[in-house]
Amino acid sequence: MSSTTPSAQSEEKAEGEDFEPKIIVFCCNWCSYAGADLAGVSRMQMPPHFRVIRVMCSARVDPEFVLRAIQKGADGVLVAGCHPADCHYIGGNYRTRRRIALLRILLQQFGYDPDRLRLEWISAGEGEKFQKTMVEFTKTIEEIGPSPMRGGD
Amino acid sequence: MADKIKIAQYWGAGCGGCDVALLDIDASILDLHAIAEVVFWPIGFDGKLHELEQMPDKSITVAFYNGAIRNSENEHVAKVLREKSVIMISFGSCACFGGTPGLANVTNKEEVFQTVYKDTESTDNPEFVTPQTSVKVPEGELTLPEFYDTVKTLDEVVDVDYFMPGCPPTVDLIMVAVGAVLKHVKEGAPLPPKGTVIASDKTLCDECDRERVETDRRIDRIYQAYEIKADPKKCLLDQGIICIGPATRAGCGAMCPVANMPCRGCMGPTKAVMDHGGSMLSALASILNITDSESKLSEEQIIELMMQVKDPIGTFYAFTLPKSLLKRTVKERKRKG
Repeated sequence: MSSTTPSAQSEEKAEGEDFEPKIIVFCCNWCSYAGADLAGVSRMQMPPHFRVIRVMCSARVDPEFVLRAIQKGADGVLVAGCHPADCHYIGGNYRTRRRIALLRILLQQFGYDPDRLRLEWISAGEGEKFQKTMVEFTKTIEEIGPSPMRGGD
Repeated sequence: MADKIKIAQYWGAGCGGCDVALLDIDASILDLHAIAEVVFWPIGFDGKLHELEQMPDKSITVAFYNGAIRNSENEHVAKVLREKSVIMISFGSCACFGGTPGLANVTNKEEVFQTVYKDTESTDNPEFVTPQTSVKVPEGELTLPEFYDTVKTLDEVVDVDYFMPGCPPTVDLIMVAVGAVLKHVKEGAPLPPKGTVIASDKTLCDECDRERVETDRRIDRIYQAYEIKADPKKCLLDQGIICIGPATRAGCGAMCPVANMPCRGCMGPTKAVMDHGGSMLSALASILNITDSESKLSEEQIIELMMQVKDPIGTFYAFTLPKSLLKRTVKERKRKG
């Protein structure tokens, strides 16, 4: 069909085997973004399906950001922050892990696979962990399939 | 009186409390009566839809619509009222955010019919007869409105001028709205800008007099309201009772906390917030049992801690599910691999 609109095309694609996940990654400025950067400059191979958004702290990720990402059609959301006891703002990541845990329960109640949302601690030196996380998470999302929000149900 | 303004009031999917709320303004109803004539208010007067449909466009000055959009009739009347009215007011939490009927967005038409017309103990319906939009009988065709899968808010189906949240909107807020219309009609005062929410722009905590911990707030565990005798002076959230006040718009005078009951969020979120439940989830999760030995807590212990919130949708979106970012529940396909 030559006249299909871009959105219809992406939906068709989403239905098929060659599903390309859309993944949003929130990285904190002090640890995880540097970790992601390290993975990049070290030329580690990663699936290209994620978009990184830098935030000052993982606690800056309001649950609303995650819900909005899903509402806009993201298939997966990853929040990455400093390891416990390493937060630049002392206790930001403690808030984050509570919110993400509760958000996963909420998402499940909304009918979404809770594994669409993941929290990971990645320090500035853990480029490899970032790469591994992205490979794993992309695989998980491919297994879960397209988000019901973009016609994947 | 020919120079009286015309008002209309209609209910969609609601309980009728909003209709009655307009009468709660007591003697002021006489001021309203002096300038206004009710042309359509099915619960208060005898009013027929076809009469409304025959009125000239924009002939009604103010239409108060309460209740959510649950079926095609709710939507149709909302559209007719919009055409006939100069000012359309979304009246009450159900019209503004879906309200309690909006919680049905955790299910769908098929499941609702299954429960109501089959599964309930008191139902005897072996042939599983359910409401049809059209049925042919010897006398002719009978019709019923179409029941929707998803509950919508009023502003999803028509253009809304003002929002009056509350379950129901309080007398004070109704007086503000009626006062603005009175002033506009009598003195030509300008009306508030379109889209105004007739309530406060702050959160409920701002008008709640309870003493709260100002810094380093933390709560050990969550209590259901029946599990604990709440201290009438202290902040309910600080006592472990989930009070939606921090995420909820003020304007009601904090009447529930005053009566020693936690806020459930009927005023909806403030202007800056897109998702009422997300906002409250954030506020609650952030203070739940943060200890000094935090870094030793495992992720499993955190999950256990959060499992204390038994029904997140029912708790955080008690009035605002259709207006939330995700709007309704979905079903995932079967997972591969």
